[in-house]
Amino acid sequence: MQKGDLILKLRGVTKQFGAVTALQDIELDVHAGEVVALVGDNGAGKSTLIKTLAGVHQPTSGSIEWCGKPVTLDSPGTALELGIATVFQDLALCENLDVVANLFLGHELNPWALDEVEMEVRAWTLLQELAARIPSVRKPIASLSGGQRQTVAIARSLLLDPKIIMLDEPTAALGVAQTAEVLNLIERVRDRGHGVILISHNMEDVRAVADRIVVLRLGQNNGVFTAETSHQDLVAAITGATDNSVSRRMARKLGEPA
Amino acid sequence: MTDAQLDRADSRVRHDEGLSGALRAFIDRVRSGDLGMLPVLIGLALITLVFSTLNPVFLAPNNLVNLLFDAAAIGLISLGVVCVLLLGEIDLSIGSMSGLSSALVGVLWVNSGLPMMVAIVGAVLAGAAVGAVYGVLRNKFEMPSFVATLAGLLGLQLYLLGSTGSINLPYTSPLVKFGQILIMPAWLSYLAAILPGAFMLYSGLKTMQRRRAANLFSPGLSVLLVKAGVITVALLACVAYLEQGRGVPYMFGVFTLFVVALDYALRRTHWGRSMFAVGGNAEAARRSGISVKKIRLSAFMLCSSLAALGGVFAASRLASASQQAGTGDVNLNAIAAAVIGGTSLFGGRGSAWSALLGIIVIQAISNGLTLLNLSSSLRYMITGAVLAIAVIVDSLARRSRASHGRA
Repeated sequence: MQKGDLILKLRGVTKQFGAVTALQDIELDVHAGEVVALVGDNGAGKSTLIKTLAGVHQPTSGSIEWCGKPVTLDSPGTALELGIATVFQDLALCENLDVVANLFLGHELNPWALDEVEMEVRAWTLLQELAARIPSVRKPIASLSGGQRQTVAIARSLLLDPKIIMLDEPTAALGVAQTAEVLNLIERVRDRGHGVILISHNMEDVRAVADRIVVLRLGQNNGVFTAETSHQDLVAAITGATDNSVSRRMARKLGEPA
Repeated sequence: MTDAQLDRADSRVRHDEGLSGALRAFIDRVRSGDLGMLPVLIGLALITLVFSTLNPVFLAPNNLVNLLFDAAAIGLISLGVVCVLLLGEIDLSIGSMSGLSSALVGVLWVNSGLPMMVAIVGAVLAGAAVGAVYGVLRNKFEMPSFVATLAGLLGLQLYLLGSTGSINLPYTSPLVKFGQILIMPAWLSYLAAILPGAFMLYSGLKTMQRRRAANLFSPGLSVLLVKAGVITVALLACVAYLEQGRGVPYMFGVFTLFVVALDYALRRTHWGRSMFAVGGNAEAARRSGISVKKIRLSAFMLCSSLAALGGVFAASRLASASQQAGTGDVNLNAIAAAVIGGTSLFGGRGSAWSALLGIIVIQAISNGLTLLNLSSSLRYMITGAVLAIAVIVDSLARRSRASHGRA
């Protein structure tokens, strides 16, 4: 896999939940070694798209190509095997298990006699690479804070050395330093040749790391932008109008006497 | 201890080292609601105190030997219940399943003349099949397990025993001997009492070495020695006391072997980890690539198979297969044993040992009340009350753990 090779190609992907069309004719390309940001308002279909790629939902129609071959992502297991790792917004951690068990869940070393020592060493090594501040990897997830849980979830997605890692709002619950760490981490992952799909509402974060910004609106593609695009243009694409609540608010602020 | 250790770098965490540290950590755990085996030990102490005061025969070695004989069958059933409880499911038909399996053994072996082992294997396979049905109902139709198994409780009837309603098993057969008189030789019992401590020491030392080599913290040698020592002394004392009577029943030994095997499977294998994960957060487990449906199926099949084997044990204990088998308080006792032993009804927490400890508590109560010549209805009421208390303790401990930030 060379840097810049096309890994994932979506064409005409549609997903319907009964009468609701959550996704319609979605196109998306992800290359090795690039960060693609997926932005859009609430209900734009970002999470549905991520879940489709993670094998949680199956698309109603459309094609998904993986490294040039058409694939069906019929279960989370299939997606993981192909090399699509996902960090969901709700993190999907087992609160009754400790950090090591959660990191290696479903992929334990030595399935007939779990190698706890080796797993713990790898857990610590990985967490140190991420400069993560986890007090103990032998505590159940229930005892960790929101930021620490996010870190564990991201660390877990990296363990399997995926080709693409999808992050759903990874920085939403993080402090300033931890956000910077996650952004650094995203760049490190990209530089290792992985493709990254990043969902975020934070335009600052998106522009800081994204190579391309794909805008979704009401379940459809609404343009592809780069980090150089101005904030106004992005907001216009997201809301679907140059005259929107964000621009009106800006105008009002500018109009007010200082 | 240097700060260079991988897991000792965070200065915010208090590190409990050595014996006093282990003790402090234990007290912390109990305070936050992580009670472990503590309620069982307290319960056992209370029961012993009450019953031995009311009737000194309770503590006689031979009475305790009988208690162990009686405990093995329902203990095995309870072991299966632990599996389904870990997933947050339930099986209410275990009693009926055990009755059906004892009837199958009677019909296949005594009436049809098949070899004994074939009959036993057949009964256990029938159990697995019934469990598979529950699993499929749960997986395909999302049928709550308490409804499916409640249907099983009523549906698994013992028509095959014919009009007399009971089949006597031959007294001289190995199966009945196994259930009534076979006792482990003294040397084997003592060996079995020493093995756990020895193994603990061996594996503990090996882990310690590996952790040191990997630059991880390891609790000191003193903690390990004390733990292994206490276990060995306690087990040796138990065996020595039982040896003053008839000794340790083979039946109980076999049950313990099953407990050890399931404990290993739950704690040290991918399957066991998946069981806890599904019980803790099924959606998270699914997204990690674990096949939640297969895990559920395996748990229901294991539960029913163990219930069937427990039924065989019960038949061998009673030397008969009758329509009464598996009725009455069998269901209640088996589920109560698992919960009293510390397996949570809410899924995701528990251990194989809870079946063993819990069944000893239950059997001690039942045995003590029988010695007092109390009627069986009173016995049911008291067992029911004990189960209620165990569930309350489980709920309160769960709430406390939640507020203390533990799972």
